[in-house]
Amino acid sequence: MTTASADAHGHHGDHGHDHPEHLAHHFDTLEQQFDSCKLGMWAFLLTEVLFFSGLFVAYATLRANNPEIFSLAASFLDTKWGAINTVVLLISSFTAAMSVRNAQLGETSKLKANLIITLLCAGAFMGIKYVEYSHKWHAGLLPPGLENSMFNPENPWVPEAAHHDIDYLKLQAEVNVMTPEERVHTMTTLGRFFGVYFFLTGLHGVHVLIGIGVITWVLFRANRGEFGPDNFTAVDLTALYWHLVDLVWIFLFPLLYLIA
Amino acid sequence: MTAQAHDSHDDHHGLGHVLPVKMLAGVLGALLFLTLVTVITGSTYLYGFDLAIAMVIATTKATLVCAIFMHLRWDKGFHTFAFIGSVLFVGVFLAYTLTDTKQYQGDIRAYSIDETANSAFAAPLQDPIPHAHDGDDHSGEEAVDH
Repeated sequence: MTTASADAHGHHGDHGHDHPEHLAHHFDTLEQQFDSCKLGMWAFLLTEVLFFSGLFVAYATLRANNPEIFSLAASFLDTKWGAINTVVLLISSFTAAMSVRNAQLGETSKLKANLIITLLCAGAFMGIKYVEYSHKWHAGLLPPGLENSMFNPENPWVPEAAHHDIDYLKLQAEVNVMTPEERVHTMTTLGRFFGVYFFLTGLHGVHVLIGIGVITWVLFRANRGEFGPDNFTAVDLTALYWHLVDLVWIFLFPLLYLIA
Repeated sequence: MTAQAHDSHDDHHGLGHVLPVKMLAGVLGALLFLTLVTVITGSTYLYGFDLAIAMVIATTKATLVCAIFMHLRWDKGFHTFAFIGSVLFVGVFLAYTLTDTKQYQGDIRAYSIDETANSAFAAPLQDPIPHAHDGDDHSGEEAVDH
């Protein structure tokens, strides 16, 4: 703590005299160390943006060429769950930002509380994803390659009467009035929509799971009292990662759920 | 501890910038409000501007998260430059791919019309399968299946 105060007051001169506890030997100052970590994290976040962009572009090209089929597809998603998940993720982003503040100020118990709330929100998000995915699994709203997909062009799945057939009946009413060419095109494109849907939300979900792992690790370290004004880089970078997960969802929610 | 907390309110000392709780809470409030707005505008017909409005709202939310939650407003300008740069490259990726696929839509449609006969969807969708036990067995086993 004393080193932190010394460093905060005169970080240009006295680093050689008392080596701060958290300074790695290959850095001159805590400031240089912190800046290097941040630069590395931002470089990683850029690659994440580009990583997700492939799927966003797949979505955009499919949608731009078939806008009306995409509105039909979105009507099979539940806006209520999407909106609840948005709120849950925004709250978790807030608590992540708060935990950075707590770490900077050395408020360990508040830091732990905010990290735990962030974890609970992440868990709630995945729980809601599970509810949504299991509904789609039972209703056959799946990528066309899967055996129990109603969009499988070789052997389409057909539900039992009065058993997971609500979405199927709605789709049947929509496409059975079409010409065969139109119906094939619509069913193929709907299958692609659900392919993009599962890949985009699935990749996002994997990021949430990784985030849960990293936040848990930070929580363990916070519990050991490791973080304070001169050592909060791990909390800061974890929060940056978590905000990126939030950013992706901010775009996914209106694009997938709100186009009906 | 108090002295440090006081210190870190100054941008030029210490390692990072400490954000006031009020500001963080204000951003959360704005984000939740914008989510409500986008749900309302998303369920309303907006004369073809639906996507544009949804994207403007999403971009506003993203800017708030980046500038405040991610500290970019107080961070090194290079991070903002690099991040915006990556988004611009996504724009290039998107624009070129869109114009390219637009050009081949006619061919794709012609091909899928040729292939119509090979798809199960050339025929109308079947009705849901009647329950297996209907008609011959009303012993109540059906309920157990569910």
